[in-house]
Amino acid sequence: MSGPSLMDSLFQRTLEDLIKGLRQQLIGEQAFISKALEEIRKEIKSTDLSTKSTALLKLCYLSNLHFHDMSFAAFHALEVLSSPRFPHKKIAYHAISLSFHDSTPVLLLITNHLRKDLTSTNEFEVSLSLQCLSRIANVDLARDLTPEVFTLLSSNKLYVRKRAVAVVLRVFEKYPDSVRVCFKRLVENLENYDPQILSAVVGVFSELACKDPRSYLPLAPEFYKILVDSKSNWISIKVLKIFAKLAPLEPRLANRVVEPICDLMRKTGAKSLLFECVRTVVTSFSEYESAVRLAVEKIREFLVDEDPNLKYLGLHALSIVASKHLWVVSENKEVVIKSLSDPDPNIKIESLRLVMAMVSEHNVAEISKVLVNYALKSDPLFCNEILGSILSTCSRNVYEIIVDFDWYVSLLGEMSRIPHCQMGEEIENQFIDIGLRVKDVRPELVRVARDLLIDPALLGNSFLHRVLSAAAWVSGEYVEFSRNPLEFMEALLQPRTSLLPPSIMAIYIQSAFKVLVFCLHTCFVRGGSTAGVPASASYESFDDLSVENGADSTVAHGQTCTSAPITNESIVNLLKLVELALSPLLGSHDVEVQERARNLLGFVDLIKLEALNSSGQEENDSERKGVEATKIIRLVHDAFSKELGPVSLTAQGKVPVPDGLTLNENLGDLETICGDIELPSSNTFSFGYPSEEKDVSSFSNLQIKEDSGQSNESTSLLAEHRKRHGLYYLPSGKSEVISNDYPPANDPALQGDNNDNASDLVKLTAESLVPKRKPNHSKPRPVVVKLDEVDEKPVAVKQLESRDDSLSGAVRDILFGSEDILPTSSRSNLPNSNRKGKKKQHMITQVESKENVVDDGNSSSRRRKDHSHGKERRHRKKNAEERNETDRKEKESSSNHPRRHKSRQRAEEPLKVPPQTSVIPDFLL
Amino acid sequence: MIHFVLLISRQGKVRLTKWYSPYSQKERTKVIRELSGLILTRGPKLCNFVEWRGLRVVYKRYASLYFCMCIDEDDNELEILEIIHHYVEVLDRYFGSVCELDLIYNFHKAYFILDELLIAGELQEPSKRTVTRLVAAQDSLVETAKEQTSSITNIIAQAAK
Repeated sequence: MSGPSLMDSLFQRTLEDLIKGLRQQLIGEQAFISKALEEIRKEIKSTDLSTKSTALLKLCYLSNLHFHDMSFAAFHALEVLSSPRFPHKKIAYHAISLSFHDSTPVLLLITNHLRKDLTSTNEFEVSLSLQCLSRIANVDLARDLTPEVFTLLSSNKLYVRKRAVAVVLRVFEKYPDSVRVCFKRLVENLENYDPQILSAVVGVFSELACKDPRSYLPLAPEFYKILVDSKSNWISIKVLKIFAKLAPLEPRLANRVVEPICDLMRKTGAKSLLFECVRTVVTSFSEYESAVRLAVEKIREFLVDEDPNLKYLGLHALSIVASKHLWVVSENKEVVIKSLSDPDPNIKIESLRLVMAMVSEHNVAEISKVLVNYALKSDPLFCNEILGSILSTCSRNVYEIIVDFDWYVSLLGEMSRIPHCQMGEEIENQFIDIGLRVKDVRPELVRVARDLLIDPALLGNSFLHRVLSAAAWVSGEYVEFSRNPLEFMEALLQPRTSLLPPSIMAIYIQSAFKVLVFCLHTCFVRGGSTAGVPASASYESFDDLSVENGADSTVAHGQTCTSAPITNESIVNLLKLVELALSPLLGSHDVEVQERARNLLGFVDLIKLEALNSSGQEENDSERKGVEATKIIRLVHDAFSKELGPVSLTAQGKVPVPDGLTLNENLGDLETICGDIELPSSNTFSFGYPSEEKDVSSFSNLQIKEDSGQSNESTSLLAEHRKRHGLYYLPSGKSEVISNDYPPANDPALQGDNNDNASDLVKLTAESLVPKRKPNHSKPRPVVVKLDEVDEKPVAVKQLESRDDSLSGAVRDILFGSEDILPTSSRSNLPNSNRKGKKKQHMITQVESKENVVDDGNSSSRRRKDHSHGKERRHRKKNAEERNETDRKEKESSSNHPRRHKSRQRAEEPLKVPPQTSVIPDFLL
Repeated sequence: MIHFVLLISRQGKVRLTKWYSPYSQKERTKVIRELSGLILTRGPKLCNFVEWRGLRVVYKRYASLYFCMCIDEDDNELEILEIIHHYVEVLDRYFGSVCELDLIYNFHKAYFILDELLIAGELQEPSKRTVTRLVAAQDSLVETAKEQTSSITNIIAQAAK
């Protein structure tokens, strides 16, 4: 089959026909498009370039606006590109920049086409290929075309030159070594007087400076000149962006720049420039009181402006200031609070952020109250936004700002009752987290949990199920603080629990188990002295053991016993209730629910006899049986009463790996399979439900014992599991059942460590809180248990990407190299050159000494400055010497920072022997 | 920098897309769907900025068309609004009181104009007159080239080859 016939090319549908046809929709859009695509596929094979290019243009249209794949036409696009005619080229470039990406196979073939067009005499062709390069450049293209781009950087056609300047940014990004070649010329363009070129260059530098500002400090004088002289707002905005990045690095620069910026702020009529000034001041010049005041004045103008855009930006600027000057926010409190009811959701969210920024430990209660009331009234989306930010603010840094936990816990309860609340998961986490960390709050926590559990209406709201599961867990775990455990039983077993999903149902049953055991224990064992069970003294001591962690909990015990006496009668009723409620669950399809229900019922069966007979205890037989049953109760109670402690996330790491155990063996493949399984959320510690974890460990023990023959593999699997789900392994009292081929999870050392850490931190927090706390707090803040390794926020060391690293390395390299040249240019241009030159020298040394990571840049640079003080000529002679010094320093510091050094090393290697000039001789001489 | 430019009609029809950062075809559709949901639902007299995936989208409505540009967090929103306005003015000059239909039928022209204005996600040409002049120059280049090819004799000659 050959291409389309003559008739086809004559009567080819043009783009306009296509669009018209699409709009008339005689046969439906999809049908029309697929018909058109069919035509295009035929036409694009034509040998006639006009037909081909028209087909390509149509395809672009369909791809662009109807998102049809056009990758099949990649090669055809290249064919059209080779046409000598401008319109064809134009269409081809359009298609290529639209559809090519790094993995397009024909990308290799385009290099020569681009090269040809980059060197073309037609400026529009050059511009087209530059544009295309900026879009599709990859490493190879960038490398191969660097020379052409370099030539264009000094083209005498402004139109081409400014484009080349803009494209150079992409080339740098893809191929950092091109910096060596092009950077100098780029810098030369900074001194161009044509505003368009200048705008392009400054744009490039503002992008570059975002990534690594320090490298561009030596160019500060040029930027300064542009800032002062510039007439164009576009350029001023970009230069301000650069200074916002540079100023924090060099206080003297900031000193010098702050005045011109304030001038600009006062004078300018353009809001965009004004806002940029404001933003620059509040982000980077926040130490300059007068500048900040001026900026705040302008912000206030923005805030009261009619234009919602300015209002939004004003609030945004405020939130930037807030981190350093909170007074600014408080000054504008009214506007901020008013904006909470703005019709624009974006403005509302911005003002909410500000309100949250104002929260401190003194006003958290009031602000939260206002906001919760506000949340009740607002739409669901914003309501949850509010709740979310309250939750995250209050839990920040392990509940740093919360003093009165009783209040906070009841606030959590209140929040979960708000109709639109969808933050169940977060509230659940915090309930449990607080329960684990703050001992003193547990009675209140239990009360809140009771209120939640007892309300049958809440069970209908699926968003609340997570909260309810937390409440159920709390009720089971801390049942000893409850006034009336029987009430809990009823709540946990109420009929509407059938609405719960199985996983939460299982938690309910488990909690019911715990509560039941507690009731039985109080009735038969503790209250045993009245019921006639002997040897209460020994139980007493046992009890002491079981509550070793909370001396006050015995008091609570006393209270419960008096406030809600549990009689045999009520126990009998209770057991009946359990049987009634759980028997249907024995047939549940969910294994977890079924298993737990069966456990509980089995237990009830064991106990029932005693409960029924205990009233008539005269008979010897039954009494003996009764004693057996009490033993069981005691045993189970013992298992439950051990307190669950928080476990550090890194605890697993402290367990030494036994000899001969290779953890990674055979698990390489597993990684890919399990890669997408999410690890449990990590910033809090874990909590496990005792039975769950018991199951796991006993199961694993079984497994280990059974196939100890192939234990190597299974233990490595197990170890991997532990590693991955370290959260669910708690140091617990179960070490005795753990066989000795695996190290116990609660290494004594580890536990001691934890305790130490905790107590250390308790001290620490106490200390850090003392100065902050006001004397009028009626209640002391309860102790919040912390594990330092976990709770410390992961230090956000942002590793620079290697590419950026090498890019900035290269840039720095060039700048050191051009050290000799740059000052001359600025000296010739600037009236007060002497001072500036010096300043620049200073800054260069600053940059050089950057390799000394010890950030006492001030002292070292001052010393250096003294060294280079005064006569510049002398200084220039000394340059070489200094460079040597820097080299030495770098070598010294290299031991600290092998990685950075590596990239530097690579950059500097060729320069070592003859200083600097060998690579780029023409620039430096 | 500007990551992409979108023109969306009030009914959610896409009129122009230009991507300065790499997005796959699939992502593009998703981005457009997300953004039109986000932007078209916003009422009048609200602010013109939307936060989206850690970036910021600046949009402005002209008649029935929404012009949207997506920028980095620390770019200047007001400046982008000016660029949008600038673009609209250039379109207006070029087409002579531009309307949506002009952009529908001359979608490639709208692109070429945008290409003169922005390159690699940065503003290139702040002068309206220059842009119009440049576009006109290229148009005439295209026209002369077309005249050479499109005469019927030419086509027949080529086909007969």
